[in-house]
Amino acid sequence: MTETQIPTEQRLDIRLNVNGVLRTATVTPRRLLSDCLRHDLGLTGTHVGCEHGVCGACTIRVDGKPMRGCLMFAVSAQGHEITTVEGLADADGTMHPVQQAFRECHGLQCGFCTPGFLTVVSAFLEENPTPTEEEAREAISGNLCRCTGYQNIVKSVLRAAEITHERRAEQAEGDAR
Amino acid sequence: MTTKMFGAPVQRTEDLRLLVGNGRYLDDLGEGAYEAAFVRSPHARARVTGIDVTGALDVDGLVAIYTYEDLSGRVAEPLPLLIPHPALTHGRTAYPLAKEFVNHVGEAVVMVVARDRYLAEDACERITVEYEPLPPVVGIENAHRADRLVHEDVPGNCAAHLVQEVGDAPAAIAAAPNRLELRLDIERSACMPMEGRGVYARWDAADASLRVYTSTQTSTGVRAAVAAKLDLPLDRVECVTPDVGGGFGVKIVHPWPEEILIPWAARLLDHEVKWTEDRREHFISAAHERGQLQTVRVGFDDDGRLLGLDVEILHDNGAYTPYGIIVPIITSTQLLGPYKPGAYRVDFRSLYTNTVIVTPYRGAGRPQGVFAMERAMDAIADHLGKDRTQVRAINFIKPEEMPYDHGLLFQDGRPLIYDSGDFPASLDALKKLVGWDEFEAYRAQARAEGRRVGIGVACYVEGTGVGPYEGGHVQIETTGKVNVATGLTSQGQGHQTVFAQIVADELGVPLEDVTVTTGDTRRFPYAVGTFASRAAVMSGNAIALAARNVKAKALRIAGEALEADPRDLEIVDGHVRVKGSPGSSVALGTVAVLSNPLRYAFDEASQAATQLTGAADFSKPPVAEDDEPGLEGRDYYSPPTATFANGMHAVIVETDPDTAEIRILRYCVVHDCGHLINPMIVEGQVHGGVAQGVGGALYERMEYDEHGQLVNASFMDFLMPYASEVPKIEIDHLETPSPLNPLGIKGAGEAGVIPAAAVFASAIEDAEGFPIVRMPIQPSELFHLRKRFAAGEIPALRRGADHAAGTHR
Amino acid sequence: MKPPAFRYHAPTDLAEALDALDGVGHDGKVLAGGQSLIPMLNMRLAAPAHLVDINGLAELSYVRTDPGGVAVGALARHAEVEADEAAHAVVPLLRQGLRLVAHPVIRNRGTTVGSLAHADPSGEMTAVLALLGGSMTLARKGATRTVAAEDFFLGPLESCIEPGELAVAAYFPRLPGRTGTEFVEIARRHGDYAMCGVAAAVTVDDDLRITSARTAYLSLSPVPLVLDLTDALIGRTADTAEWNDAATLAGASLEPEPDIHATAEYRAQLARVLTVRALRTATERAARVEPNPTAPSTTDERSA
Repeated sequence: MTETQIPTEQRLDIRLNVNGVLRTATVTPRRLLSDCLRHDLGLTGTHVGCEHGVCGACTIRVDGKPMRGCLMFAVSAQGHEITTVEGLADADGTMHPVQQAFRECHGLQCGFCTPGFLTVVSAFLEENPTPTEEEAREAISGNLCRCTGYQNIVKSVLRAAEITHERRAEQAEGDAR
Repeated sequence: MTTKMFGAPVQRTEDLRLLVGNGRYLDDLGEGAYEAAFVRSPHARARVTGIDVTGALDVDGLVAIYTYEDLSGRVAEPLPLLIPHPALTHGRTAYPLAKEFVNHVGEAVVMVVARDRYLAEDACERITVEYEPLPPVVGIENAHRADRLVHEDVPGNCAAHLVQEVGDAPAAIAAAPNRLELRLDIERSACMPMEGRGVYARWDAADASLRVYTSTQTSTGVRAAVAAKLDLPLDRVECVTPDVGGGFGVKIVHPWPEEILIPWAARLLDHEVKWTEDRREHFISAAHERGQLQTVRVGFDDDGRLLGLDVEILHDNGAYTPYGIIVPIITSTQLLGPYKPGAYRVDFRSLYTNTVIVTPYRGAGRPQGVFAMERAMDAIADHLGKDRTQVRAINFIKPEEMPYDHGLLFQDGRPLIYDSGDFPASLDALKKLVGWDEFEAYRAQARAEGRRVGIGVACYVEGTGVGPYEGGHVQIETTGKVNVATGLTSQGQGHQTVFAQIVADELGVPLEDVTVTTGDTRRFPYAVGTFASRAAVMSGNAIALAARNVKAKALRIAGEALEADPRDLEIVDGHVRVKGSPGSSVALGTVAVLSNPLRYAFDEASQAATQLTGAADFSKPPVAEDDEPGLEGRDYYSPPTATFANGMHAVIVETDPDTAEIRILRYCVVHDCGHLINPMIVEGQVHGGVAQGVGGALYERMEYDEHGQLVNASFMDFLMPYASEVPKIEIDHLETPSPLNPLGIKGAGEAGVIPAAAVFASAIEDAEGFPIVRMPIQPSELFHLRKRFAAGEIPALRRGADHAAGTHR
Repeated sequence: MKPPAFRYHAPTDLAEALDALDGVGHDGKVLAGGQSLIPMLNMRLAAPAHLVDINGLAELSYVRTDPGGVAVGALARHAEVEADEAAHAVVPLLRQGLRLVAHPVIRNRGTTVGSLAHADPSGEMTAVLALLGGSMTLARKGATRTVAAEDFFLGPLESCIEPGELAVAAYFPRLPGRTGTEFVEIARRHGDYAMCGVAAAVTVDDDLRITSARTAYLSLSPVPLVLDLTDALIGRTADTAEWNDAATLAGASLEPEPDIHATAEYRAQLARVLTVRALRTATERAARVEPNPTAPSTTDERSA
C-alpha cells in the first residue's frame, strides 16, 4: 500500500456551557459531542447506543431542545446551553419530576437508554404539560428501549406530568402561607 | 412492625443511581486506557493470504497492531467449546484472531490498540488484508444440502445430530385416525441490548494480577477463562461486572475473543486497555438466534388428542459452536409446552453456515419450539373444525398429574419433570381476559365495517432456574447494615432490589439497610451466571438460605447476651428481641460486634456491646471450634431439577385489506411464575419480553444476502420496535408455587418473548383465512401471501370459508 | 464507528463560508444539521477532507413567508419550519410533509435545506419541493443561481450542487386558490424512511369540481417523481371521483425498486393505495381553501 501523508489533525480549544457550568476542552473537530461529554468532561450519564442517530440513548438538550449527541460535533455545540441527564435534578439533589416518575413507575430496567428518555420527556412536558396517553407514547417514539416494552415509560411520562402539577400546587400552597 | 417486603411492589434501589447519570457501564470506566478496534472480515468465507500493516504505522497515537501470528501460548489456540455434548460430534470454535480462514463477515482478523478509538479506527482503515474469497454457505437449506462446506472437515455441515424418543411416534402417527404435516420456518433475530459488549483490563505488573471489567452475564466464567488462557493462577485474576446495559443472552457467551485479547494486550503493554463494541460490530460479530426449519408430523384422535408427534428440526448454528447445542436441545424439549404429546420423537441437526454464531437469545430455542407446537395445535383445531382452545385444553397436563415426567432430558442433562402448574386455570383466565368467547361477535361487527380482524392464542411452559447452583453471602456489619453478595450478574432485572427484599424479610431489617453486590468475583467467587430465567430462583433461594444461617447465628449470640432461649427471640426492625417483650432487645449491629471477639471500640455499637459481654470462660477459646468470627453466612442452592413456569398469550390483530399492514389491537398475557417477589418487576420483565416478541414476529430479522453479507446491520434497517410499535400489554397472574425451592418461586425473565411468534401467526392466520407458516412476517410478505392465496397456490383454512359466513372461529 | 479526520472550517458569515467552500472545492462538504451527514461519517461511508460548518451563519436561519410562498434559509431547522404558522398558512404541504420527517429530535437539528441538498429520494422534502415546483438558491463565491426542483435532483443522493457551491435557501411557492394538499406515507416503523409516500395537490373550481390533480412520490424513483393525474379526475368532485382510475393512471408510470422491506410489486400497491388516500384528502381540503388567497404577509426571522 502506498502511504498517503497523514496530516496532523487540528486540535481546538472549545468552551461548552453544560448544565449551567462553563467547561473547556481541547478536541479534534471530529470529536462527537457525545464522546466529548462522556470522555472529555466526564459526564458519562449520556450513553452511546448506535452512533447513527436511531436509538436516542445519547439524547441531550441543546438550548432546551432534545438533540442527538452522537450527531453533533463538540465544536458545533459552542455557544449553546447543553443539558445532560446529570443536569436534570435540582441543585439540592431533588430529582426532576421525570426522574422521580421513572422510579415510581419502574420506567427503567438496565438503565442504559434511560438518560435519552429523560431528556426527551423533560422537554416534552415543558411543551405539553398535560399529555394524553397517546401523546405520551408518541413523544417517546424516537427512542429505543430493549428492556421495558415501553409500558412503564408511557406510565412514567403521565406520572411525571402529575408530579409536576403536584409540586407546583405544593409550591403555591407554601407561598400562600 | 417490619412490613413484609416479599411480594411488595418495592421501588428499585438501583434507580437512584441510574436515573441521575451515575450508572457505571463498561465504557464509563477506564479513562486513560488505550482503546482497541478490530479489522474484521468483509467476506463470509475466505482464506487470509496476507496482511499489510505498513499503511497504519504512521497513524498518530498508534500503540500496537496484532494479528494471529502475534498471539502467544494458549491465546493462540481456538476458543473453548464451552458446553460439550456427546451429540456435538463436530464442534468447532474460532481463534481469537483469524488464523487462516474467516468464516463469517465480522470475524476479527487484526486488533489495533491506540490512544483512543478514533485513532484505532484510523489505523484499521489503513491496514490491508488480502483475502482469497471462497464461496460461502448461507441459509439452512444450503447448509443441509451441503454442496459446499463451511468447515472442510465437517461432512454435511452437521455439527450435531440428536434424536430423542419416547414411544414410537412414527408408528403412533401412522395408526392415528387423523394426520397432519407442517413445514415451518423461523428466521434470525438477535438480543440487541442497547449497550454492546465491552471489556476493560488492568494489569498490575508488581502484583502480577489482572482485573477485568466486562459487560457479561457471567463474571466467574470470564475470570476462569481468562486465567486459563493467560496462564495465570485464578487468584491473580478478578472479574468485575459493572452496570450492564442489557444482555438477553448474548453476554452469557464467554470468553468472547475480545475478553481474551484485551487482558492479553493489557499485560503485554503493561497499560490499561479497553474495547467498547460499536453497533455495527455487535451486528456482525456478536451472536444471533432463532433460525430454524421445522417439519412437524402429528397424529391425533377425533377430539384433537395427540397420539404421536414427530418433529425434525434443522437448526442454523452459524459459523462456530462455542456455546454448544443448548438452543436446539431446548427447542426439542420445551416444544412440548403444557401438553402430553403421546409418542414423541424429535430429531435435530445443528448446521454450520457462514454467518455470525448462534447462541441463546431470551427464550433460547423456546420460541421456535412453541411455534412448532402451537402451529400444530391450530392446524389440528382447524382440521377438526374445533375451537382452538378446546384442542389445547384436551391435551393439557392436569394439575393433579404434577409432577409430570416427560421421559426426556432437559438442557441441564437432567430429567424433564414439570414441578407444578395449573394449565386449565391459566387458559380460563386468558379467555376471560381477552374475551375469547365474545370475539366472533366482534369479528362480525368489524367485518360489517370492512375491517379484517383475527385472534390468536399460544401456550408455553418454560424451564427456569436450572442448576447447578448459585450461592449467597450475607454479612451484618457492626452498624447493622447488611451486605449481600451473589456471584451471578445483573443486566437490569432489579436483582439488587429483589434480593434485598428477600434478606429484609429473612433478617427483619429495613430494606434500605441492605446492599446487594452481584457479578463481582472479589465478593463471591462461585457462580454460574445469569441466563435461563434463573437468577431469582437460584440466587434468591441461596441468599434466603444464607440469611437464615445468619439469623440463626444472630439469635444464638443475642440469646446469650439477653440470657434468653433463641427460640423465644425474633428480629424486628434490625433489633433482636424477646417475643412479646419488646423492651428486652439488642441491635443487630451490636450482635455483629459480639460475634467477633476482637473488639476495638471504633464505633458506638462496639461500645454498647461491651456492656453485654458476660464474664469470660477461660476454659474455652475465644472462637469456638465450630464457630467463626463475624455475623455472616454463606449458603448455596442447588436444585435437583429446573422449575417450570408457564403462560398463555392471546393477541387480536387487524390486517389492512389494502396495505397488508398488521396492527395489534390487544395483547393479553396470563403468566404463572409461582410466588412473585416483586410484582412490579415481574410485570416489567413480561413487558420487555412481549416487546421483543412483537419485534421478532413483525419487525426484526437478520437479512443475509447470498454472499453472506448482513445487509441490514444497523438500527435503520434492523427494525427494533419503538413505543409506537408495541401495544398496551394486559397481564393477569396466577401464582402456582414451586415445591422445589424454599421461596416457591419460578423464573420470569424470558417468559414474555416465548409465545410471540406463535401467537401472531395464529392471529394473522385467523384474520386472513390461510395458514401462516413462516415468521417473522412483514406487510410486504403478507401482501404476496394474499396474492398466492387468491391464485390458489395456498390452501384455505377450513374455517376460512366459514369466516365469510361469520359462524366460526 | 467514529468519523474520520477532516479539516474544520467555521465561517461566521456567508461570504466567509463561500470563501471556504471555494478553497476546498471537491474535497469539501457542508455541515448544517448533520443528521444525514454525520451518520455517514460515523460509519466512514463518507470521508471529506474538509468540513465547512455553516451553523454559525445566523443570517441563513430564517423562514420568510410572503403571499407567493415560503423561503427557507439553509440553517432553518425542520422543527422551526414545521412550527411556523405563517408558513403553514401559505404552504400547508410543508407541515404536512415535515411532521413525517424522522422523529422530532432529528427535526430539532436537521435542516430543511440540508435534507434537500442531500437529495435522498426517500426524503419527504424532496417530494414537497418537486410537487410545489419550488426552487433552490445556490451560491458560490461571486455568483448565485436559482435552480428549479425538476433540474435540482439528478439521482439518488445526487443534486446539481457543484463543488464550491452552497445551497443557501429553498423556495416553496404557494399553490393557486382552491387547492388542497396532503402528504401520506407508510413506513415500517413510525419515523422510519417510508416504503412509499405520496404528496398530492388538487385544485377544484367554484363548483368543487377537480380541475387539476398532481402527485409526487417518495422512495419510488431515483429522483422525486411528479405525476399529473388530472385526466383521471377532471370534472369530478370528492364524492364522484373514481379514485382508483387515478391510482391506475399513476401506477402505469411507476417503476419501483425492491428492498428488504418491500418488494417492487408491494411498493407499487402502496403507491396506488396512498395515491387514493392523498388525493381524496387533498380534494376535501381544496373545498375549504379560499378561491383567491390573500395570505398574511409576514417575515419571520430567527437568529441562531
